[in-house]
Amino acid sequence: MEITDEKLIELKEKANDIRISLIEALIKAGSGHTAGPLGMADIFTTLFFHTLNHDPKKPDWAERDRLVLSNGHICPVLYSAMAHAGYFPVEELKTLRQFGSRLQGHPHRDFLPMLETSSGPLASGLSQAVGMALADKIDHGLTSKRRIYALLSDGELESGQSWEAAMLGGKERLHNLVAVVDRNNIQIDGYTEEVMPLESLSDKWRAWNWNVIEIDGHNIEEIADAFEQAKTVFGKPTVIIAHTIAGKGVEEFEQDYRWHGNPPGKGPTDKIPADKQGEVALAELRTLGGKIKSEHQ
Amino acid sequence: MLNPNLKLNEKMFDKDVEQIPIRQGFGEGLLEAGEKNLQVVGLCADLTESTKMNLFKDKFPNRFIQMGVAEQNLASVASGLAAMGKIPFISSYAMFSPGRNWEQIRTTICYNNRPVKIVGSHAGVSVGPDGGTHQAIEDIAITRVIPRMVVISPCDSLEAKKATLASVDTGTPVYLRLAREKTPVMTTTETPFKIGEAQIFWQSTKPQVGIIATGALLHKALLSAKQLEASGIEVEVMNLGTIKPLDEKAIVTLAKKTGKIITVEEHQIRGGMGSAVAESLAKNYPVPIEFIGVDDQFGQSGTPEELIEYYGMGVGSIVKAVNKILKRQ
Repeated sequence: MEITDEKLIELKEKANDIRISLIEALIKAGSGHTAGPLGMADIFTTLFFHTLNHDPKKPDWAERDRLVLSNGHICPVLYSAMAHAGYFPVEELKTLRQFGSRLQGHPHRDFLPMLETSSGPLASGLSQAVGMALADKIDHGLTSKRRIYALLSDGELESGQSWEAAMLGGKERLHNLVAVVDRNNIQIDGYTEEVMPLESLSDKWRAWNWNVIEIDGHNIEEIADAFEQAKTVFGKPTVIIAHTIAGKGVEEFEQDYRWHGNPPGKGPTDKIPADKQGEVALAELRTLGGKIKSEHQ
Repeated sequence: MLNPNLKLNEKMFDKDVEQIPIRQGFGEGLLEAGEKNLQVVGLCADLTESTKMNLFKDKFPNRFIQMGVAEQNLASVASGLAAMGKIPFISSYAMFSPGRNWEQIRTTICYNNRPVKIVGSHAGVSVGPDGGTHQAIEDIAITRVIPRMVVISPCDSLEAKKATLASVDTGTPVYLRLAREKTPVMTTTETPFKIGEAQIFWQSTKPQVGIIATGALLHKALLSAKQLEASGIEVEVMNLGTIKPLDEKAIVTLAKKTGKIITVEEHQIRGGMGSAVAESLAKNYPVPIEFIGVDDQFGQSGTPEELIEYYGMGVGSIVKAVNKILKRQ
């Protein structure tokens, strides 16, 4: 489905709203991950508001597409996208990580049954998505129109289980499976290519019989096109390597691995003092980095 | 005497008693489960014939997935299949599943509340010549500790078949512990089986000791009971086929009746079935307990019989434990 200019503007605004809500939730929570959720906001927006075949009012609709978040720690962006799509009230985002909240620090189906999976320990999400795609293949064969989307981080590709799953997906020719790798090049201890080099990443996937698409993970048209292109490929699964900027949308947070596991207020203080981090982030997002003069405009 | 209500195999003490590997019962049970329920799928990590999943694979090739040597993927892929309504059975050696893939079982299956059935074959030292690397004697401990997990340890091939069929409908994760070697058939097709229910296989009028056994070693416990009877010592023997949920009512009843308990399992003493029994009795009805099992050691190569004897789980050791506990107050 092609994106109209009108739709594109709508999606860009939605992505910004999703970023604002997740930052507000993280400020209130006082803990949690900032860089990954901001970096993946454009991809989650495109999925929830354009690509996914789903119905937020009927989360258990049997024919829906499935979205498996593997790196559970970026759940603020999943929760924010779900809330804005209408799965639950946006206001509830402010309960993130608190006792009794449906929005656990890492996603847990016991608390929020509409989640497709619970996640946190890295590298098992692609396996689960492969299992879902296999079930769909057993029931509907090699031409099923349903799609299973697996969202992965680049860091978790250092784990062997990721490649066990990639091998099986290629072997079973799962055309209904689409993995998205958040290629932001950072992980907790530093830059991926220093911690454990992953390149040449696309060659690795190709070697296991995957269709590989590389995109700018902040260009919504490119994101939507990649998901459409994946639908045209049969006989192999697709991986979209999305080049993203961790912390995207708040200039001072961008491409700095120290923002991986800290919320505004507890991040590195060399650019913004701790007590101003939340305020600065929200002001930048609300004014689209100064493109709009006032927050109220 | 053998409990007449359970319709047990009257020939179980004969020299030529029929012996069938426990895993064979799983293979036959899965085949039947596959015929009855179209949602049943089988996944195996390169041990299809060894774990007897080949029976299912040959009949239902479209519902069988060959995973290769990838046990972590095995557990999590099964979780994904279950999320779509399938009832996956995953098989490997117990050492590798649930051994190697424990965290994936905990998070993607149990924490996620997916009804995956984990079939660990070749459990215990009776794997024999393969040696200690392949002898899973910690698997009961690591599975029973996970919330939601049901842990079943059948005593023979017929009970394994019934347990496999019963596992299909629990709606929960299940760990099914199987042994490799040929095992004396103690039950019959008529013997009742229900997950979570212990059974008294050997009854006495005035039992002085209650022996609780699980898995193939139940046969050794029954042989011990027969031998002790001949020397004037009365015991009762319980088959604890389900280790979790634990049949606490039956265990407390036995403890009240006998005042002394011995547990028998082909597993580490620490954390195993005996520990589960002790946890319950310490809380509900404290009595002296002796534990038959592997005492904080790894296994080694040998014949199953040699190893059972060496690690103190044979008839001689059980009789010795009975005599010891009779002296305890």
